[in-house]
Amino acid sequence: MSDGLTGVVVSHGTVAKALVDAVHAITGDAGALAAISNQGCGRDSLRDLVAEAACDGDCVLFVDLPSGSCLQAAMIFQREHPAIAVVAGVNLAMLLDFVHRRDATLAEAAARAVEIGAGAIKVVGS
Amino acid sequence: MSLELVRVDDRLIHGQVVVGWGRELRPDLVVLADDEVAKNDWEQELYRLGVPDGMEVKFTTVDQAAGGVEAWANGSCKTIILVSGIDALRRLCEGAPSIRKVNLGGVHNEGDRHQHLPYLFLSDEEAHQLRSLATRGIEITAQDLPNAAPVALTDLL
Repeated sequence: MSDGLTGVVVSHGTVAKALVDAVHAITGDAGALAAISNQGCGRDSLRDLVAEAACDGDCVLFVDLPSGSCLQAAMIFQREHPAIAVVAGVNLAMLLDFVHRRDATLAEAAARAVEIGAGAIKVVGS
Repeated sequence: MSLELVRVDDRLIHGQVVVGWGRELRPDLVVLADDEVAKNDWEQELYRLGVPDGMEVKFTTVDQAAGGVEAWANGSCKTIILVSGIDALRRLCEGAPSIRKVNLGGVHNEGDRHQHLPYLFLSDEEAHQLRSLATRGIEITAQDLPNAAPVALTDLL
């Protein structure tokens, strides 16, 4: 697995940590993703946590919902730092794909995360 | 009375407000009363992302919101007013003496605040401001979500 893009998962409650733990359990990868919870955070402190986690190089911020405090913190940070992509609606499928494709560009990684993540949502069986 | 909730929440419009209180109170209008957001179109767009269809959002300064309280309280729309902090709440209540009940929903740990509840941190000055509002007969309770038990100010401070 090459170094390259990093990912930060930002969520309500413990969703982000659980997703990152699951990626680690499935792939063994322990360096590509960080997890942030909005629990106990105001607007400014959540933005500071995002800034701290995403400070090194190009980074994709994976947010749980397409609105709300996590998305706001991600978008406020992105506004100040162009080397950031924000993808809302994070799921395990897109993260598993992401950690193996960290040599992509930010735009490619974000578009692919949407494709893989959406493709994993389906009605199964009859 | 259609002013359903006056709430202090430093995240302003977010999941607890839209989903938690929104499903309980079914507001038609959310007034986001914040001096900074009122002059920032970009931040207003961010907050609009969290507002479901059928719920209107109005961005005002705290002073403008105080001036609108009477109309909202007597209007037909079910209305929620949000402010981001205790000082804004004090200004709102001073400008709109008809507000008799407020909800402390989320003030998080920044600066020199002390913890009172998992979602409520207050500086000494903020605690003083709340006591002062309470002495004017305003009922102040902390309650993050509708199904949580409200905690009276006297039990907090």
